Amino acid sequence: MLKTEGISYSIGRKQILDDINISFQPGEFTMILGPNGSGKSTFLKIFSGEIHHYKGAVYYNGIAITNFRKEELARKRAVLSQHADLGFPLSVAEVIMMGRYPHFTFSPNKKDISICEDVIEQMDLIDFRERNYLTLSGGEKQRVQFARILAQIWEKPAEGNRYLFLDEPLNSLDLNYQQSFLKLSAAFSKAGTVLVAIMHDINLALKYATRILFMKEGRLVYETEPAGVTPPMIKNIFNVDATIIRPSNDLPPVVIYQ
Amino acid sequence: MITAIAFGAVSILPAEMLSSLKHFFGGQKPANIYEAVFIQLRLPRVILCAITGAILAVSGVLMQGLFRNPIVEPGLIGTSSGAAFGAAFVFVMAAKWPPELKSQIGPFLTPLFAFMGALLATYVVYILARNARRVSIISLLLVGIAINAVGLSGTGFMSYIARDPQARSITFWNLGTLSGANWLQVAIVGTVAAVMFIISFRYSKQLNALLLGEEEASYLGVDTERIKRRVMVLNTAMVSVATAFVGVISFVGLIVPHILRLLIGSDNKRLLPASMIAGAVLLVLADMCARLLLAPAEIPIGIITSLVGAPVFIILLKRFNLLQQKGGYDA
Repeated sequence: MLKTEGISYSIGRKQILDDINISFQPGEFTMILGPNGSGKSTFLKIFSGEIHHYKGAVYYNGIAITNFRKEELARKRAVLSQHADLGFPLSVAEVIMMGRYPHFTFSPNKKDISICEDVIEQMDLIDFRERNYLTLSGGEKQRVQFARILAQIWEKPAEGNRYLFLDEPLNSLDLNYQQSFLKLSAAFSKAGTVLVAIMHDINLALKYATRILFMKEGRLVYETEPAGVTPPMIKNIFNVDATIIRPSNDLPPVVIYQ
Repeated sequence: MITAIAFGAVSILPAEMLSSLKHFFGGQKPANIYEAVFIQLRLPRVILCAITGAILAVSGVLMQGLFRNPIVEPGLIGTSSGAAFGAAFVFVMAAKWPPELKSQIGPFLTPLFAFMGALLATYVVYILARNARRVSIISLLLVGIAINAVGLSGTGFMSYIARDPQARSITFWNLGTLSGANWLQVAIVGTVAAVMFIISFRYSKQLNALLLGEEEASYLGVDTERIKRRVMVLNTAMVSVATAFVGVISFVGLIVPHILRLLIGSDNKRLLPASMIAGAVLLVLADMCARLLLAPAEIPIGIITSLVGAPVFIILLKRFNLLQQKGGYDA
């Protein structure tokens, strides 16, 4: 599991995060929602190990993040960031193989190659494997980046959990791939992965998350199951009036904005 | 390679090359003037040229990878202009120095100062670009441009106060010249190049990861600050040593990586060795042109590389724009 203790962070005088204490269990699919500038991405970067010099502590399975070497952490923790992109021509297969970099020294072994094949198949990228990444559309690029991230933690580590963090993973994806991304992510979390995603679409959160966190102005305001989300919460966080419709059958609740 | 050795102000036949090599390795003196030209002038020159081309191309790949920018040259972080200033300084000031000093260091005076100038300029760029113990790539780029301007104006000032022959030396040096090549230079530059190439090739994986961006590379377990420092050290060591002996040769480090990227892609595991070979071949060809076009006079090699390089560069830029419209290259 992943645990943060008293995380505070400021840039100059501006306080970005204010005393965040929370833990994430494997098997949970946690989604973080909140308005722009509420500190979601910064919080993710801190517990991913990208930002240092914050107050507080982050623990992976009880071990402080500062005790891990970068490569060690990279073998079990993968992050899809918002700005993953490439400036030079590389083939799709080469980009996905980058996900295996923490696992080999110089050349990929058979296992790395077969994992990449599995990911390419799973992500519906077989026709793209030799394509130049630069010629792909935005959504196709996002699928390749996601495939790279999954390749990084495709197999369970010998001990401990896997950690998958997604910062707005659905950017520029069409409806079909939005659903399949989230289904695949949910399957990862069920297989014992600590899964945290920053999202904007409350309806998708209500359908796929098992736990929802709302952040505002650097603070964690609500922590709830999807069923516990109410219109006043949405009003408080986003300043938007909403109605929640709860269908009587198995379908997830739907938020409608006024 | 053999063709390049054969042609020049003095033509040498392959048979003469062979017999000359036999004499050389047999510890005998060259049998005639042709063999002497071959073993003492032509051969070291072509080899030094090949190594220099390889260095410029490899460091071009390193710098473009580090800056995630395809229009970056190895000299960008101050190295070349620092070297140029160091050399200009010697050309102008050495006239007033005590002759004992000059006789002791002799032919190494210019390379030494060029080397120190290159190191100093690059170090200043590095220190100024550093902020809170992190080196931001964009400030490296901007500070590099500023320090290059300082170096250029320093060189300009040296040319201004120089007497005519000195000013001519400065100009020639800034256009690159291999005419002074000898075996000692080959040994020095070759050793540095061999070591730096081996180290660079070991970083190909990390350099690939860096192409995704610093944040992403760090999520893949790459210590980005360390790799930035190492790449800068590698680049500076290689480029300053080569530049110290042959002067400033432009465009090779820019164009070779580009042409190869179009041919074989950007995977550094392939790109670095391929650049090494292509850079060597290209500069040897350029040097051959430099020797032959106005034979028996020699054109400075930098004129050839810029003359051919600039149009190629513009064609490549046009291609970028096409790619950019598809959402391609970003800086």
